[in-house]
Amino acid sequence: MVKRFKPSVRLTENDVTDEAIYQDRRRYLKAMGFVGASSLLAGKANAIDWFSDDDESSFKGKPLDFSVNENYRISETKTPYEKVTTYNNFFEFGTGKEDPAEYADEFNTEPWTLTVDGMVEKPFTLDHAQLLNKFELEERIYRLRCVEAWSMVIPWIGFELSALLKEAAPLSSAKYVALQTIERPEQMRGQRSRFVGGGIDYPYVEGLRLDEAMHPLALMTVGLYGKTLPPQNGAPIRLAVPWKYGFKSIKSIVRITLTDKMPPTTWNRLAPQEYGFYANVNPQVDHPRWSQASERRITRGGLFSQERIATQLFNGYSEVASLYKNMDLTRFF
Amino acid sequence: MTLFARPVRLTQWQLLSTKITVHVLLTGYLALLFYAGVTDNLGADPVKALIHTSGISSLKILFITLLVSPLASLLPCGDVIKLRRMLGIYAFVYALSHFLAYIAFELQFEWSQVVSEIIARPYITVGFAALIILTLLTLTSPTVIRRKMGRRWQTLHNFIFVAGFLIIVHYWWSLKGIDFTALTYAAIGLVLLLLRKNKLRRLIR
Repeated sequence: MVKRFKPSVRLTENDVTDEAIYQDRRRYLKAMGFVGASSLLAGKANAIDWFSDDDESSFKGKPLDFSVNENYRISETKTPYEKVTTYNNFFEFGTGKEDPAEYADEFNTEPWTLTVDGMVEKPFTLDHAQLLNKFELEERIYRLRCVEAWSMVIPWIGFELSALLKEAAPLSSAKYVALQTIERPEQMRGQRSRFVGGGIDYPYVEGLRLDEAMHPLALMTVGLYGKTLPPQNGAPIRLAVPWKYGFKSIKSIVRITLTDKMPPTTWNRLAPQEYGFYANVNPQVDHPRWSQASERRITRGGLFSQERIATQLFNGYSEVASLYKNMDLTRFF
Repeated sequence: MTLFARPVRLTQWQLLSTKITVHVLLTGYLALLFYAGVTDNLGADPVKALIHTSGISSLKILFITLLVSPLASLLPCGDVIKLRRMLGIYAFVYALSHFLAYIAFELQFEWSQVVSEIIARPYITVGFAALIILTLLTLTSPTVIRRKMGRRWQTLHNFIFVAGFLIIVHYWWSLKGIDFTALTYAAIGLVLLLLRKNKLRRLIR
């Protein structure tokens, strides 16, 4: 879906919330007890921490070298950086939305390797530096629709998953792509304890059909808002498949394996009646516990400037529809 | 401790100032919550934060309410029982705010969706049932009504345990995966029931 040209989105100073204001807000929220409620029960932080600010992220993203892809540019209001980086589902760091930002500090992306193997002619492994400079990076603004019926608009930076897969030369017998998140319990509190990590069997795994993975929309993502990814958003490399619910966009990937069988996926394993393998955004197919017909868009503004918008099939990315021709999307949800 | 050598009675003034403090704290917290939400100081998703915090606070206040009568018999100060009604009503006020915030900010007054969600989503049905119980308990809380109802009043007000149970189910059901916090609330609820095992035994017989 080619949209009308808009100038580059490199943020100006005006777009960024002043650091001091942001820190102030966080302190205020903590003191009120609105954030980090679970941390009161879970060790590291305690009531005394309400008045210190040791949870502030020490993360400073490195600027990336990238071009802007005009074909993937939408004019919808972007979700501000501080919301994209403080409201995350990344159960490896806890089940609360604020947990990843609070606890990802203990996560170190050095050293890092990403291996592509399985049914390929040329399996290979990339190190951290190669992830950032082996492929041409480009910025794309994607909608992100969470299965919990909220959504964001995020300027990602990355390269097409298809470019990575072509490098490995998939065998013709390969039908699926299995992706796996890192397992580092010593740095991820959710992997240390079942209660903190939502009862998930780690490592987190996801999967795509090979033709889905080869679609140009599927983006291996190394940055957002012009800089490298913060750990809570899946540093150093994650997937962005914008026509599927957010949990398909697996974070902090270490292994990509091509296979001829449909690979297991984490949420499907945990609750198969609620989360399917495909997980395409679809307003017609409700989650068993809530409606998917509409979503709340998270942008700037308080209670009275909330936007509830209709959810679109494939999250508005109608170009993927041909992948699912003749498929009953109610059955293969 | 000489303070507790014999039963402590609260003076009129002490009771009044305690009540005022509770009012200021609980009304103030709720007002601040809404204020922070309106001014976008409630984190990335003010709607979810408001709904979640008011709901959880309602459960916490309900727990405190249920702690009052065991405390009144354990402590040498039976007067704390005089705080029970206002605490119970605050549990209702927070639950009502939780529900209204859901209608106003989550569903944005889409009334057809409000109705269909209450009917079709079991965890919302359960929460709504708890709200109805708390509403009935609040409506029958004035002393005049209590006197008129006689013994039936106690029967009705025993339903606070049902409400507590439904709220915990509602919370648990709304989550993805297993949550440590939800487990903790369930455990607290169980302890509060155990504190009343004699009463429960009598009810069952």
